[in-house]
Amino acid sequence: MAATVLDGATTPSVATDPIIEVENLTMRFRSKRSETVALDDVSLTVRAGEFVTIAGPSGCGKSTLLKLVAGLTPGFEGKVHLYGAPVTRPQRDIGFAFQRSALLEWRGVRKNILLQAEMRGMDRRLAQRRADHLIELTGLTGFEKALPHELSGGMQQRVALCRALLHEPRVLLMDEPFGALDALTREQMNVEMNRIWRETGTTVVLVTHSVPEAVYLGSRIVVMSPRPGRIVETLEPGLPDERDYGTTLRDPRFTRAAERIRGLLGATHTPE
Amino acid sequence: MTTTEDLRADSSDGPPTATARATAKDTAVPGRGRTSAWGQAVRLADASWRPLVVLGLLFAGWWFVAWRELVPAYLIPSPGAVLETMVSERAMLLEHTWVTTVETVLGFVIAAVVGVATAVLLVYSKTAEKSLYPLILFAQVIPKIAIAPILVVWFGFGLTPKIILAVLIAFFPVVVSAVAGLRSVDPELLEMSATMGASRWRTFVKIRFPGALPQLMSGLKVAVTLAVVGAVVGEFVGADRGLGFVLLLASGNLDAPLLFADLILMSLIGVVLFVLVELAEHLLIPWHASRRGSVVLAAS
Repeated sequence: MAATVLDGATTPSVATDPIIEVENLTMRFRSKRSETVALDDVSLTVRAGEFVTIAGPSGCGKSTLLKLVAGLTPGFEGKVHLYGAPVTRPQRDIGFAFQRSALLEWRGVRKNILLQAEMRGMDRRLAQRRADHLIELTGLTGFEKALPHELSGGMQQRVALCRALLHEPRVLLMDEPFGALDALTREQMNVEMNRIWRETGTTVVLVTHSVPEAVYLGSRIVVMSPRPGRIVETLEPGLPDERDYGTTLRDPRFTRAAERIRGLLGATHTPE
Repeated sequence: MTTTEDLRADSSDGPPTATARATAKDTAVPGRGRTSAWGQAVRLADASWRPLVVLGLLFAGWWFVAWRELVPAYLIPSPGAVLETMVSERAMLLEHTWVTTVETVLGFVIAAVVGVATAVLLVYSKTAEKSLYPLILFAQVIPKIAIAPILVVWFGFGLTPKIILAVLIAFFPVVVSAVAGLRSVDPELLEMSATMGASRWRTFVKIRFPGALPQLMSGLKVAVTLAVVGAVVGEFVGADRGLGFVLLLASGNLDAPLLFADLILMSLIGVVLFVLVELAEHLLIPWHASRRGSVVLAAS
């Protein structure tokens, strides 16, 4: 029953619309003494309804890529288009989930979610209804007024997720949102994330350094190498959209993809 | 204004359904310390009995010294004599206390408003920061008390020079704490705000300013006690009213009981104003780590 409000509203009519188009993107960070190439000639297209995970070790520029798409980092070379228009400044027609939950510590759960509406000047009633729906969807019922410091890490990330989804963005960009969580909570969040993606039909780009997370969540997995950040390979294991921790993890397509990614990232990268 | 409203709205602006409220209350959220009035009273008592004992011992010592006349009474009067003066001279003392209080409060409020406004300017404008901030820091080394005679020359014996002196002394901690608070905002919060398409003003009102409140409030607590000093020193230099004026008068007449009574009232102004700022802090930032589960005065 929960899904009805969200469905239809966001499900794109044409499933092949390119949402994000990145072509020959290079990003250099210059300091007085040195120049670091964070991204080197990266090209990537994300289509409507996709769940793209970007996997790579820390320092491969995957977070930078996400921030460039969001328009948060200026000064790149190449082409970055969102919804067909060049990205020149911070994009507001997106949902962004940060590595740390980035919640306002003086606001309760519901008020933190509604910040999105206040900042955008959304219709109050509509926003409140959606917030309540998202609270229910993510299992935060009963904690509407709890302050962030009273919540566990997993719950904080859920609040951040609700906030990122409140305005029904066409694309959700997630920057290692579950990186700071313990393994069990992380699995739980992955299961929920998969369900939310299916129920909302939102296009998701998620950056992670966890191989199982990348394969479990992604309909397409982009593997990146570090310094300079390059796309090494793109995998489409062909797993069904609906995933389940019990069966998906034992699915030969899952294990094969995970093996392949580990191989690409080098033997040093230990599984989580 | 919006900020205060927002901060309070957390507790007043209700969720839509009664059931949601009930569940929120019923679920024992860890660390959620909604304590009863009794619990607060117990903690207040627990926090205050030790300082009260020390204070009592000091009074006993004072009383003992005066009673045994270890020191001549014109140097240290007995607590009884001081109390007697306070009662017999209450009309006069009250009038002068009022004058000093008005000077202090006006000075503090002006310092707070101008200080926060200056801090905002410094944080948002690189030019202002580069040209003004070093001067503000440098101006702090000027002994402001030494300016008092000049102020009297310029503005006479009225309220103005006292208020100006109070402002000058209280301004610095406000600016420094507000600048620190506004700058300490998590850059990720600003990025988040940018992805919401928020204007600079909304970002300031909803994220930057509330985030700066904890540091600003500590600055304000320092400022309010300094404002008292400013007002009293202003009265020392040239006044016909106020506790500073009475203090000089009493010292000229070697009226020790009046001197002591006057001093007690001055301290009282400082204490009361400090507690009021603490109270404001308690209401404004109950969410902050320094205030969690604290009682007025217990955390400072």
